[in-house]
Amino acid sequence: MAITVQHKALDCNRQIEALRARARGLGALVSFTGYVRDLGLTTTGVSELFLEHYPGMTEKSLEAIVAAARQRWQLLDVEVVHRVGSIAAGEPIVLVGVASLHRQEAFEACACIMDQLKTCAPFWKREQSRDGARWVDARESDAQAAARWL
Amino acid sequence: MIRLQYFARYREQLGLEGESLPWLPTLTDLRAVRELLVSRGALWEQTLGQANLMCARNQELCSLDEPLCDGDDIAFFPPVTGG
Repeated sequence: MAITVQHKALDCNRQIEALRARARGLGALVSFTGYVRDLGLTTTGVSELFLEHYPGMTEKSLEAIVAAARQRWQLLDVEVVHRVGSIAAGEPIVLVGVASLHRQEAFEACACIMDQLKTCAPFWKREQSRDGARWVDARESDAQAAARWL
Repeated sequence: MIRLQYFARYREQLGLEGESLPWLPTLTDLRAVRELLVSRGALWEQTLGQANLMCARNQELCSLDEPLCDGDDIAFFPPVTGG
């Protein structure tokens, strides 16, 4: 498994290809990519997102989330890459890739890892717009999504 | 000694990334640490008194009931918003 927290831009194709190459004998690969929404550009003037994290704990937390998924589903390999620092609208923030023998495990594990990441991993988003900076509020729907895996 | 860290909105509001506190036997759990910090004044109460505050002990998420030991690394932060 590979877990990376990085400042540089995500190269999603390269990461997915690395996962595919590691997961020998795979029958399924499911990946999720999260992007900085461009939607706000015209209405609120969001020009950039800043991702703060808790170095050390972030990596440990992602490792624990992936380890729990591997206990629950039979997975061949997992790739998680999360960006931190300044990210422009339209750019990817996070990539979760899961390889397994059959599709069901890969679909479920990928969704579970994302849901846990959103509620347990120590990252915080701050939106930068013309009017200044604003910390993004956590959403109750994310907590509900994570709770369905309990 | 216990090490405290504050993140995101809390760090900005308090104007402080972190600090060290001498360990006391009365600081039995994270709730006791929070109470001590909140008693510093209105700014601290408005920030760390939030009902949805999250915390970690030695880089693992925990509840306020988590026991505290001398040498622990404690963090207080608002609900996480990654992904």
